[in-house]
Amino acid sequence: MHYMILNYTPPSEYADADAVAAAAEGVVWGAYTRALIEAGVLVGGNALHPSHTATTLRVRGEGRDIQDGPYAASKEQFGGYYIIDVPDLDTALHWAALNPAASSGAVEVRPVVMRGSA
Amino acid sequence: MSATDEIERVARLSHGRLVAILASRTGNVTAAMDALSDAVDRELEVWPVQGVPARPEGWLIATARHRAADAGRTAARAAAAAEALTLMEEERMDMGHAATPDRILNLMFVCAHPAIEARMRTPLMLQLVLGLDARRMAGAFLIAPGTLGQRLTRARAKIEAARIGFALPDGDELAPRLANVLDAVYAAFTVGIDGEGAGDAKSTSLAREALWLGSLIAAQMPEASEAQALFALMLYTQARRPARVDGSGCLIPLDEQDTSLWDARMMADADLALRLAAGAPTLGRYQIEAAIAAAHADRRHGHPTNWGAIAGLYRGLAALHPTTGALTGLAAALGEAGDPAAGLTVFDAADATHAAAYQPWWAVRAHLSALAGASGQAIACYDRAIALCPDPAARAFLERKKANLRSSCLADLPRDFSSTSD
Repeated sequence: MHYMILNYTPPSEYADADAVAAAAEGVVWGAYTRALIEAGVLVGGNALHPSHTATTLRVRGEGRDIQDGPYAASKEQFGGYYIIDVPDLDTALHWAALNPAASSGAVEVRPVVMRGSA
Repeated sequence: MSATDEIERVARLSHGRLVAILASRTGNVTAAMDALSDAVDRELEVWPVQGVPARPEGWLIATARHRAADAGRTAARAAAAAEALTLMEEERMDMGHAATPDRILNLMFVCAHPAIEARMRTPLMLQLVLGLDARRMAGAFLIAPGTLGQRLTRARAKIEAARIGFALPDGDELAPRLANVLDAVYAAFTVGIDGEGAGDAKSTSLAREALWLGSLIAAQMPEASEAQALFALMLYTQARRPARVDGSGCLIPLDEQDTSLWDARMMADADLALRLAAGAPTLGRYQIEAAIAAAHADRRHGHPTNWGAIAGLYRGLAALHPTTGALTGLAAALGEAGDPAAGLTVFDAADATHAAAYQPWWAVRAHLSALAGASGQAIACYDRAIALCPDPAARAFLERKKANLRSSCLADLPRDFSSTSD
């Protein structure tokens, strides 16, 4: 069973790409990522540029409506995600609780729709 | 007993167990419920003709499996059939052990999982474990039947989609998760008790259903003090029901009830459960609340109510869970212990926003104000409590108290004044 762990972090934490890259390699996030790898549950994931770099697009009738900024304006910003493969929600929540964003911002856990199985 | 009655009895008694068995692998509780309901319909045709089998529960589950496999055949014929056969074999062995009530416990933990919306945990548990339908529950939970049905459907879908596990949590996780389960059961109980008081016949059985769930948890988890204590608390409360209302339909306060009307056997069971809880006490709300109920129950042995001790217990409860109910109980106990001023101080210090719609808050405040000699204040609080009270017996009681207070006020006034004021 695959779950996506979405990291929501306070915007002040990672202001630009360098900060994000440094953090991803840094002690806290690096240790978390390594823990997921060593437990054999990591499927994939990425860190994202800060949300001020986002562009949101809607197609309405003929026209494209393009706007600067993320789709959902929230206090925390969506900063990256992991995909993990674990047996059930409680195990996914166990890993989510260890995610650094859980203590500074919030973590959302979503089951991934599995194709071809179940 | 006719075959129809027998099917209904088996389906009712074993609903939770059968849903748990059917759903524990796939997590699809809706499909399990549907398959079970199909199986009941099928056996309703067969058993009256062929007779009730020796192990009706085993038959129901086998039929439910067949039905589930039939339903799955259109999707993935061979795979579903092969899986269904394997599962049926496993279940047959399961039924042989007969030690499956723990499955119901697992299902209850699923229903009260923190990933399930808090307000839906109790109705979900009643639906999946006891087979109550949303229409019947909607009134008791003050939710429109259609809305409740939709929310329950969404909750069941989440169990499957997010794969909420059927295994019991272990280690540090168990206690907080058990607290969720107990809270959901107690919510069913209080909804039942309150609804019964307000004259809702459908609610009457809800308290008994909750008691049954509580007994099941207590039996399965003898070492869990909070589970024992909740069972004791519900038993004490239920045992007092026959003494609650007088011949004229007016509520009798707990400390004035005729203790010979209390259900002695239920009280003894409650004592026993509370003794089990006391064997390994933990700091929990149900142990304190059950201790308060036990202190009241002690009056049946001829002891006067020890309000000082009860006030102490409420103080502990309010420190642990400063709810409006706990603070109201503390204030009432302080007043009965002879210090209404201290009780009124509790009210004054509390955040009154939650109290606006909480009837006991106003009723106790009225009583304490009257004891402290503030009659005008007391009458205003009685009016507020009466306006908030859905229970006719409690309303009659409050109106009587208010009338008595008014006539004693008038008696104190100069005669010419009292004659013009009415």
